[in-house]
Amino acid sequence: MHATETLPPPLLALAGFSKSFAGFTALDRVDFTLRAGEIHALLGENGAGKSTLIKAMTGVVARDAGTMKLDGVAITPRSAQDALAAGIATVYQEVNLAPNLSVAQNLFLGRQPTRFGLVREGEMRRRARALLSEFGLSIDVAAPLESYSVAIQHIVAIARAVDQSARVLILDEPTASLDAHEVEVLFAVMRQLSARGIGIVFVTHFLDQVYAICDRITVLRNGRLAGSAPVEELPRLDLVRLMLGRELSEATSRRPPVIEGEARADIATFRGVGKAGTIAPFDLSLRAGHVVGLAGLLGSGRTETVRLVFGVDPADCGAAEVGGRAVTIGSPREAMALGFGYCPEERKTEGIVAELTVRENIALALQARRGALSPLSRREQDALAARFIGLLDIRPPDPERPVGLLSGGNQQKVLLARWLATAPRLLILDEPTRGIDVGAHAEIIGLIRDLCREGMALLVVSSELEELVTYADEVVVLRDRAHVARLSGAQIEVSTILATIAQAPACADAA
Amino acid sequence: MIRFLSRLTPVLATAAVFLAGFVVCALIYPNFASLRVVMNLLTDNAFLVIVAVGMTFVIISGGIDLSVGSVIGFTTVFLALAIERWGVPPLAAFVLILVICAAFGAAMGAIIQYFELPAFIVTLAGMFLARGVSFLLSTESLPITADLYAHLSEHALRFGAGARLTVPAIIMLVVVLAGMVLLHLTRFGANVYALGGSRTATGLMGINVGRTTVLIYTLSSVLAGLAGIVFSLYTSSGYSLSAVGVELDAIAAVVIGGTLLSGGYGFIFGSFLGVMIQGLIQTYISFDGMLSSWWAKIATGLLLFAFIAFQQLTLHLARRSRRAPAGAHP
Amino acid sequence: MALRLPRIGTSQIVALGLILVANWIVSPQFFDIRLQDGRLFGSLIDVFNRGAPVALLSIGMVLVIAMRGIDLSVGAVMAICGAIAASLADSHSLPVVLAAALGAGLLCGLWNGLLVAVLGIQPIVATLILMVAGRGIAQLITEGRIVTFTSPDLAFLGGGSVLGLPTPVVLTLGMMALTLLLVRGTALGLMIEATGGNPRASALAGIGTRLITVAVYMWSGLCAALAGIVASADILGADANNAGLWLELDAILAVVIGGTSLFGGRFSILLAVVGAFIIQAMNTGILLSGFPPETNLVVKAVVVLAVLLAQSPRLGGHLAGLGVLFKRSKSGGRRS
Repeated sequence: MHATETLPPPLLALAGFSKSFAGFTALDRVDFTLRAGEIHALLGENGAGKSTLIKAMTGVVARDAGTMKLDGVAITPRSAQDALAAGIATVYQEVNLAPNLSVAQNLFLGRQPTRFGLVREGEMRRRARALLSEFGLSIDVAAPLESYSVAIQHIVAIARAVDQSARVLILDEPTASLDAHEVEVLFAVMRQLSARGIGIVFVTHFLDQVYAICDRITVLRNGRLAGSAPVEELPRLDLVRLMLGRELSEATSRRPPVIEGEARADIATFRGVGKAGTIAPFDLSLRAGHVVGLAGLLGSGRTETVRLVFGVDPADCGAAEVGGRAVTIGSPREAMALGFGYCPEERKTEGIVAELTVRENIALALQARRGALSPLSRREQDALAARFIGLLDIRPPDPERPVGLLSGGNQQKVLLARWLATAPRLLILDEPTRGIDVGAHAEIIGLIRDLCREGMALLVVSSELEELVTYADEVVVLRDRAHVARLSGAQIEVSTILATIAQAPACADAA
Repeated sequence: MIRFLSRLTPVLATAAVFLAGFVVCALIYPNFASLRVVMNLLTDNAFLVIVAVGMTFVIISGGIDLSVGSVIGFTTVFLALAIERWGVPPLAAFVLILVICAAFGAAMGAIIQYFELPAFIVTLAGMFLARGVSFLLSTESLPITADLYAHLSEHALRFGAGARLTVPAIIMLVVVLAGMVLLHLTRFGANVYALGGSRTATGLMGINVGRTTVLIYTLSSVLAGLAGIVFSLYTSSGYSLSAVGVELDAIAAVVIGGTLLSGGYGFIFGSFLGVMIQGLIQTYISFDGMLSSWWAKIATGLLLFAFIAFQQLTLHLARRSRRAPAGAHP
Repeated sequence: MALRLPRIGTSQIVALGLILVANWIVSPQFFDIRLQDGRLFGSLIDVFNRGAPVALLSIGMVLVIAMRGIDLSVGAVMAICGAIAASLADSHSLPVVLAAALGAGLLCGLWNGLLVAVLGIQPIVATLILMVAGRGIAQLITEGRIVTFTSPDLAFLGGGSVLGLPTPVVLTLGMMALTLLLVRGTALGLMIEATGGNPRASALAGIGTRLITVAVYMWSGLCAALAGIVASADILGADANNAGLWLELDAILAVVIGGTSLFGGRFSILLAVVGAFIIQAMNTGILLSGFPPETNLVVKAVVVLAVLLAQSPRLGGHLAGLGVLFKRSKSGGRRS
């Protein structure tokens, strides 16, 4: 305890941050401490609360509770500008600069050097070059920002933030679309800033990068603080467990026994399918009554795999076979014609049509498959809606309610109903329990089990490993946009999956 | 340098179209290639260029202003009434109308910004309002006989052989130059481009988006008012039905001038050339004597299509080439 | 989020009723209807007769807007198709005339639809091209003159009557019924609303959004063609300069008054048509009350703004905090 007293006060200290949206708790009493010169990884799966925490500390959303101190002084920024003025800058994955303006204009927009009201273009460029050279960047600052790679755009955004005397720099997934060399360039910049005493919050889903550059790690899960430790004290396996694991209370529930030797009809087989730059070629076999789970960290290629299977981003290599016939799946319509269904992870933007009713949302896919000219009669729609509202226990049980007014779990059920109505042979579920109250998780999982029993093939992406192991017959582990392992039978254990995910890429290469 | 040239490509294309058109006209009609024709081109289209300068700001910022034609009409009627009926000195009337236009534009900008409504529908309401008010003021064509008008229409820089650079043309050239300075050399201009590039990013960079939006529409309306003054000088009258459809001509000129209708890219000089191309078509038709004026509309439509298709193609190619290396992320 | 419960449209119908009553107050013989030569006459009938072209346009426009689009070219398409009908009327039989004019409308719609759905050009830009060039094309067809015709067959479509009702009104009702049948009798309506509400989700649910987009613009072209034929038949000629001038704006206004959001999604064809008749009833009312007809545009501008502000999500947000005031302003908005 003596040691902590000699340490300087933290640069930024958040305590008890809470935030809920319409009854859904996005942040639950989260603490977070950042020291000057520290590079601090903020980790967690989608929906763990990372982005809400960032938004709450930069004033983009108002927190419900909690205190925030910068250099020991309590602050409450009310907007991004407010936060910036206080010295907290954020650089988002989608670089928030004007792509059409020159690099120099972007660096100095709103504070260009002027004389008699005219921007001193030469002076501005000189300053821009000087500023960027501090980051080892020597580029034509008069060229439009969009003519440069995303890595350079990130560095420009960082340079702008730092030049506006930022002391806390939040980097939200800056490396998501960078190649290895670009990542190195960015890391060099981060190390340099850290040496200057700037505190950096680094959000990423690449664990190698965390170990390569960070001093400390904080993990969020389901809106709560899952743990925080210096990087040396948190080996990879423990880290993955913090991110994906759950309290072992549910470890007792086992998946149903697989009936060995039972003949299961092949629904769809994929051999060597992949898409350059998106997902490495993989094999996948989907059988009736069989659940294949896809496990891996965010960005490991899970969603990319299912989008490829459903034809949203069609494969550019390999062969697919459905029901014994060779097929190409070039669009969702073609996938539907083959008897596929897909509940996307992004429920709001890709799933529900918020202003349409529950009934209409349920009827949508079946109707699309039948074509516009053979409409489901109102009676058929009502019957469909009534059946699935009863079957899936959708609440409130009002088929005429706009679906946007339902809770996340019920919206998910409506989406499930939409696809079940088409009686698919293969149903793809991307994170079926994300953003849903914990209570509704069990219901959705029960549904998955029932569907499996009825002979449907299921392909399920899930970050909830404890849940996944209870229903999956086979688990494909993904890492760095490739399928790296296929587990079945007794291998399907949370610990095995975690260990496979956590293997360093070097080991994987050797294997 | 290559990059700079590639940014200028649309304007260079417009310039090439104009020059080619001019050469063709000159080959067909030998007396076409005269200073006089060029000077008339400047005078006849002065008001349209002035409006197009304002429209360029609006479109680069990602908006649109459908009210400008009506504002011109309103301005001419207001000036005729103020000067002839109410006895306001012409210069005072000019100041007054510009202030009214500024308030009008600011109101539209404020509604667009604060109620998050699409610019086209708000400025559409503005178009109805301005035209309606000018109808209410008077439905007749009112001659303006003030000395200043006679004096100003006399006044011109003469270059011999009937070539005169008239006051409207001079005002127009000053507006083009001032517009270029404002758009390309000031902080405000950079903000206009930034808004067209990314509205949210501009806000996050600490630029006052609301203020900039209001200023842009104010500028557009003030320039429309100035165009109205020039129009009234040119015709020495005020008429509530004048300049109907000018907003379309101005938008067409801006697009033909290489400005992207979705915002973010464009040059004042391109819009100037865009108007000149339209003027060239009109002049050709009047030289021909046999062709009818509707060909001007069809030609403008074809040019519009060609330039929009060209823009769409370049955007598509740019996006594809940018996506290719990064590609990895959806 | 704009979540609206299914609309009944009471406010629009009440508004139309109130305006008609106001017209009756300024002109007591407003509701007088007499039968003459088997056709009904009277100011009320006039409202519907004169409102027919905009009503026809709004039938197509409402579908386009529901798909998050806009069609600025309908006025120009009216001029083109009216010109075609008038030019052919005296030399060809009515079916040929109609086929040519309606076919031209479909072609114009196809052009717009392809630009939007295939080339991916923003609707306002894509339809602007035809808005500018279309009037030139119409003048090309009429060779710059005002083409007149004497064919009683075509004239019947403008000045005739069916069962006592003026033909334009019958055509409008017929077109509305046909569109309702096509859109609500099939699943197209649901698909249009889904696509307008969430294009990405709809594509993932297997809806062929491109095909529907093209079809919707073609339907808008067809409605504009019919409006152009009616307008030509009414004046026994085609005026390429003025036929349908600014009517695209009235059609958009009718759709907005009819409660369809400019941001797409839920739509009501019936209420868009009611919106068109509201506009015409205001026009007629202003004429009857002795105000100069020029007042029209000012009134329209005020109505556009009032309706838009009432729909604005921002206004709701601002006023929600003021509770009571919000309720008041909302009911006030309805009345306008």
